[in-house]
Amino acid sequence: MGNAPITPARKLTDAEARLAEIFALQQSAGAPQLSKLRTAAFDAFSKTGLPNRRDEAWKYTDLRALLRDVKPLAAPPEESAKQSARSAALLTNVAARRVVFVGGYFAPALSDLGDLEKGLSVMSLSEALAKGDAAAMTHIGNVGEVDDPAFALNTAFMGEGVVIRVGAGVCVDRPIQLVFVAGAQPATYFLRSLVIVEKGARATLIESFEGETAQEYHVNAATEVVLEEGASLERLKISHEGAAAMHVSTFVASLAANSQLSDFGLNLGGAVLRNQSFININGPGAHAALRGANILKGKEHADATLFLDHAAERSESKALFKSVLDDSSQAVFQGKILVRPGAQKTDARMMARTLLLSEGAQANCKPELEIFADDVQCAHGSTVGALDENLIFYLMARGIPQAEAQSLLTEAFVGEVIDAVENRSVRDALSALVSERLRARQ
Amino acid sequence: MTALLEIRDLKAEIAGKQILNGYDLTVKVGEVHAIMGPNGSGKSTLSYVLSGRPGYKITEGQALLAGADLSQMSVDERAAAGLFLAFQYPLEVPGVATMTFLRAALNAQRKKRGEEEMSSPDLIKRVKELAKILDMDMEMLRRPVNVGFSGGEKKRAETLQMMLLEPKLCILDETDSGLDIDALKVVSNGVNQLRSKDRGIVVITHYQRLLDYITPDVVHVQSAGRIVRTGGKELALELEETGYARYQSEAA
Repeated sequence: MGNAPITPARKLTDAEARLAEIFALQQSAGAPQLSKLRTAAFDAFSKTGLPNRRDEAWKYTDLRALLRDVKPLAAPPEESAKQSARSAALLTNVAARRVVFVGGYFAPALSDLGDLEKGLSVMSLSEALAKGDAAAMTHIGNVGEVDDPAFALNTAFMGEGVVIRVGAGVCVDRPIQLVFVAGAQPATYFLRSLVIVEKGARATLIESFEGETAQEYHVNAATEVVLEEGASLERLKISHEGAAAMHVSTFVASLAANSQLSDFGLNLGGAVLRNQSFININGPGAHAALRGANILKGKEHADATLFLDHAAERSESKALFKSVLDDSSQAVFQGKILVRPGAQKTDARMMARTLLLSEGAQANCKPELEIFADDVQCAHGSTVGALDENLIFYLMARGIPQAEAQSLLTEAFVGEVIDAVENRSVRDALSALVSERLRARQ
Repeated sequence: MTALLEIRDLKAEIAGKQILNGYDLTVKVGEVHAIMGPNGSGKSTLSYVLSGRPGYKITEGQALLAGADLSQMSVDERAAAGLFLAFQYPLEVPGVATMTFLRAALNAQRKKRGEEEMSSPDLIKRVKELAKILDMDMEMLRRPVNVGFSGGEKKRAETLQMMLLEPKLCILDETDSGLDIDALKVVSNGVNQLRSKDRGIVVITHYQRLLDYITPDVVHVQSAGRIVRTGGKELALELEETGYARYQSEAA
């Protein structure tokens, strides 16, 4: 007869204790069904607490160490802040339908929700939840199995976001841009969106995040996407957060047969950025292309963590991530491809390329393959290097100054991922953003 | 005639190894010089030293372009001052569209000289004219710089750059290597159009055949890092007959 092992309860960090406190205060709010979901999520979070370097998936982004305190949950912003957000929006040259959130709150006056295309429905998350929207209630927190503390926190606290539905067979040409502008006060934003693209439908979604350089704030965003059979979605996410901001986002997608997902993430700013994607390929013939680019400076840290779960045959996934690192910035790329038994003829490729512009910059790449089928093609790789001195010389020998030569070559390096963006006006706007950011170095 | 390029007792090394050993050369405006010599005599080194390639270090002597000391200028400043090196092996620049590159180069040079930038429509018009002379497809110029170009296409692209940038001094580093006879004619035609009383041209080559199309005013024989003989265009023909062997022994 032995003694049961005694596991001492881990002492909560200040941030964890504060989260528990806030959760206890708001737990009873909302519909009972939602309250159950939130409680289950917070319980799941409480089991592990904030992820830290001992969690393999968070090895290089130790949230427990990074998140020292919890800013208050966002309060409704003042009108003046909403007005200033109008000019701040990224990609203003793109003729997109904008849905604007300021300081974590939906700003209808800044949004353009008139004359929605037939078959398209866009509503704020709070409205969808208040109405008990059936699709929202069915899918939120249920698009894929995600065992992750940051996502669990988002579910427990989700505040505002959108629920978008594109009806079967509908092709929405005009991109829908969700603009999230941080408010003027230090705050924590839990943003949550759900996008359902029904059978054979097609749409472009842009999510852009931006904030004031001087302000300290935390964003925890999550987007769940359901692609029904033959549906297609091009998603773009741009983070241009303030220099003191922390941004953690979770992307969960479920792909039915012959559906197509094209995802591109561009990180242009923020103290700590983490984009994690959980892609569930559930139907045969589905195709996922995931691309990303980090352009970092100072002490910025960006982490792209992907989990590609191939559970159906003849599916494809392509991942290409590029990082341009200056000063003592840091990029992390972790990608895991899982090919489940029966997912024959899977074609999965993953590549991370890093350009180091300074000796102090650092790149960590960790690709993983786990394959349980025998007729598949899977490949991964990563490269880390500096600009080619011979090419710089060649450009300079034609009269181009060194800094401009470096910018041209760096833009060309990032260009490969941007060129793959299908929507032309979005692609041009992204190129311009990248170019502006790189030239600012000179 | 004024001296455009003046090289006086130039010594230069790469990674501690001396390649140029007291080089003297004067090119006046309006002149075309050919520099011939065996492999390993330092012909390409001379072109790299003049253009300022990193790793090529002048240890003694001087190289002046229109009276200005080249060693005091960065690579891009030398280009803006009017020095153009057509590379023996032009580099491929993935991801940089040729037109973007041409615009960046031309406007950077103009800016440095205090001139106005060329507008995009004017640039495109000019490039189209040059492409026609060089028998180049405009589609090629929409691709990244030199990417997927054949050897001949690369040399045409180099010649196009040279014609667009209108340098004071053109140095052609073994432009004939990798060219078939048709491309050789087209490229030579382009270079000949650049011959003018305000410009100097230095053609570095192994063989006489390029000089059938670009007739030099002066021919030099280079061996072991310096010029060992200078003559008129007939010297090239003589070299074709006798080879470089005697100059190699002379230099040694």
